[in-house]
Amino acid sequence: MSELTSSALPESYRSGPDDRGHFGIFGGRYVAETLMPLILEVEAAWNRYRSDPEFLAELEYYSRDYVGRPSPLYFAERLTEELGGAKVYFKRDELNHTGAHKINNTLGQILLAKRMGKKRIIAETGAGQHGVATATVCALFDLPCVVYMGETDIQRQAPNVFRMKLLGAEIVPVTSGTATLKDAMNDALRDWVSNVEDTFYIIGTAAGPHPYPEMVRDFQSIIGTEAKQQLTEKEGRLPDLIIACIGGGSNAIGLFHPFLDDESVQIIGVEAAGLGLDSGKHAASLSGGEPGVLHGNRTYLLQSDDGQILDAHSISAGLDYPGIGPEHSWLHNIGRVSYVSVTDEEALEAFKQCCRTEGIIPALEPAHALAHVAKIAPKMRKDQIIIMNLCGRGDKDVFTVAEALGEEI
Amino acid sequence: MSQRIQKRFEKLKQEGRPGLVTFTTAGDPDQETAQKILNGLPAAGADIIEMGMPFSDPMADGPAIQLANLRALGSGITLSKTLDMVREFRKHDDETPIVLMGYYNPIHYYGNQRFLDDAITAGADGLIIVDLPPEEDDELCHPCLTSGLNWIRLTTPTSDEARLATVLKNSSGFVYHVSIAGITGTQSADSVDVESAIKRIRKQTDLPIAVGFGIKTPAQVRETGKIADAAVVGSALVNVIRQGVDKQLAKDQIVTNLHGLVSELAAGTR
Repeated sequence: MSELTSSALPESYRSGPDDRGHFGIFGGRYVAETLMPLILEVEAAWNRYRSDPEFLAELEYYSRDYVGRPSPLYFAERLTEELGGAKVYFKRDELNHTGAHKINNTLGQILLAKRMGKKRIIAETGAGQHGVATATVCALFDLPCVVYMGETDIQRQAPNVFRMKLLGAEIVPVTSGTATLKDAMNDALRDWVSNVEDTFYIIGTAAGPHPYPEMVRDFQSIIGTEAKQQLTEKEGRLPDLIIACIGGGSNAIGLFHPFLDDESVQIIGVEAAGLGLDSGKHAASLSGGEPGVLHGNRTYLLQSDDGQILDAHSISAGLDYPGIGPEHSWLHNIGRVSYVSVTDEEALEAFKQCCRTEGIIPALEPAHALAHVAKIAPKMRKDQIIIMNLCGRGDKDVFTVAEALGEEI
Repeated sequence: MSQRIQKRFEKLKQEGRPGLVTFTTAGDPDQETAQKILNGLPAAGADIIEMGMPFSDPMADGPAIQLANLRALGSGITLSKTLDMVREFRKHDDETPIVLMGYYNPIHYYGNQRFLDDAITAGADGLIIVDLPPEEDDELCHPCLTSGLNWIRLTTPTSDEARLATVLKNSSGFVYHVSIAGITGTQSADSVDVESAIKRIRKQTDLPIAVGFGIKTPAQVRETGKIADAAVVGSALVNVIRQGVDKQLAKDQIVTNLHGLVSELAAGTR
């Protein structure tokens, strides 16, 4: 091995981040000084409880009896037949309580917040799935919940807005900047800086200042850990390919992380190409962005040639973010994970195909992963195995899909 | 190291008065008007000029300065043009310190060392980069100090003794004490809290201390000046620009109004 490769490639892909939160050159802690003591406090609490048997037992209890874990690993037989190639399995995290993988993380973080004695929870949300998952655990643990949501997203995700209200959360419409997820995150950070004494910020994706990317990844890694065990039981071996959609990338890192050191497993992350990478209207930070610093971490960002953050676009509100979790940026740079992109149109086709062949209405986010599965499964051998993370159900998206298909409901 | 900041605080000490630090945003409401605002600040009574480098996502700022950033970016300002403004100012004034305040990403994109070199050549004296805490000093703080620009750090109500030591370690020029835990242009601090914070900071540094966040009136400037070496006013000034734009005032009238408020605030230091 040359010196360059030996220094570039770690002994394990699962050893990051370092103690300052860096995955290679990505990650870190780029926040205002007012927040630093709080971030360090979260980190200390996380380090204390992450291996605490009582904490883990409580997390496991709620994951099982409240969320419904483990989620099934399902052989999508009709889809497999139609594609005519590799066997396609769905990791069905859309069957979790609240309909997506997001609750794996909100549950973990609120248990930490409780132990830290925090009295108030804030969160940002784009599609509303993380907002709903946060509002849900806040109701469960009787903590007041404030969710920041872009005015634009409030318009297009009305059902989730109402769900959050039913669960007792206060929704703060964000009109600053471009009124989408990145601005919601800005306003959540502004809230946190103004309420440093009692507030815990539950970040929804594997991004933000250290320790959030690591913490969210670890709470979501239950996905990959279960999938690995379930496939071993069903097929007696590892998959050939695992695949997931990526906005910030929490469901993907959750599936990927337990497999990173299994070198025979090919890993693909699917970004949202919106109207196409050349259109300038997409959310593919890795394919169409450059490294920069936003929301507490260094990562790939969509930005102008003056370093201003650009608006992302995707039909899926959950992928509509101009950045990506820092560990994905690192995995992209070292080449362990391949990142591809899928357009709105391709995702819609996959959405329909999933409804038609499997009787499952997927969220538009995993429909992106499915669209790529549809491209590559036919080229693979029939004895090969794909696991796709079906990370959310599509009830929330039926209005968007109807509009895109030109149908009135 | 650039000496203008040190000399200015020495001069203020000789005059026996606190300083006024004014904050406006480069390119707000447009580059030409912002240049007129900048050029006239010393005559209006600004002792130190803090100029914001616009960013699309100013996370530590309240609504007033967020809007200023958007107005400035909308008018076509860039980081490179921001440095042009400093260069233009230096043709007329070689004494008033200029501190550039902003967020890291535009600099990161521009290139750290290239930015430092260009900022020094343009005539800037220091940097305040909100989202670069001491934990990330390798990024820009160390190269900045090596290049001869001051690295001005923020202390906050959340800085305890140990944290203060960390924050002050690589600070130079002056210390900017953020008097509230919050964002710019919102509530004002209790002067008792500020006084005790300043006492704690003075125990750990000989650098001059400026206090900012929530200072809007000449009376607040005067109160702050009794306990600190300088008072920073930002959102109140930026609001003058917003009101002028909203009322569609002539650009020169906006400049006059802004300098008028600076003069009133400066009276609080004399």
